[in-house]
Amino acid sequence: MSEKTLTRMDLSEAVFREVGLSRNDSAQLVESLLEHMSDALVKGEQVKISSFGTFSVREKAARVGRNPKTGEEVPINPRRVLTFRPSHLMKDRVASGNKR
Amino acid sequence: MIRSELIQKIADENPHLYQRDVEGIVNTIFEEITNAMSRGDRVELRGFGAFSVKKRDARVGRNPRTGESVQVEEKHVPFFKTGKLLRDRLNGK
Repeated sequence: MSEKTLTRMDLSEAVFREVGLSRNDSAQLVESLLEHMSDALVKGEQVKISSFGTFSVREKAARVGRNPKTGEEVPINPRRVLTFRPSHLMKDRVASGNKR
Repeated sequence: MIRSELIQKIADENPHLYQRDVEGIVNTIFEEITNAMSRGDRVELRGFGAFSVKKRDARVGRNPRTGESVQVEEKHVPFFKTGKLLRDRLNGK
């Protein structure tokens, strides 16, 4: 496995190739997509992208955690966490693409 | 929010673009992420999160209905880790 890391730059490069926009505008669109998704999630909405996956926000209850090093008990406050559930299509493509 | 609502929001902000171009752009972005992961690559979007591929080792599974043992092959699954900024925003920080 080559294991490269792509960033926003690679996504905006793909947008740049897809439509005849400037590199600057392409980067702005990638940013705006991530912002809209984040805003919806922060509002507690689910973000469901067909054939990609679903992002949802889950409420975690307070619990008592433990510092694994010292054994000391520490309270963990209730919090909201984001989970991503990949679509079947994505799972299939990732599984078949990485098959040896 | 679903894909079409996301497209609509971006189209509303960009009246100079055709709706079908915005559609193409949004699809390209998600497509690019899926393609990267199917090559085994990571996609790191600072502040939002990172998509990566995790390997699941081969194991002996069990058919829950019959109790029969089955060999499950090694496989790769998509994984998402939330970025620090978004995690903090979710918790009102």
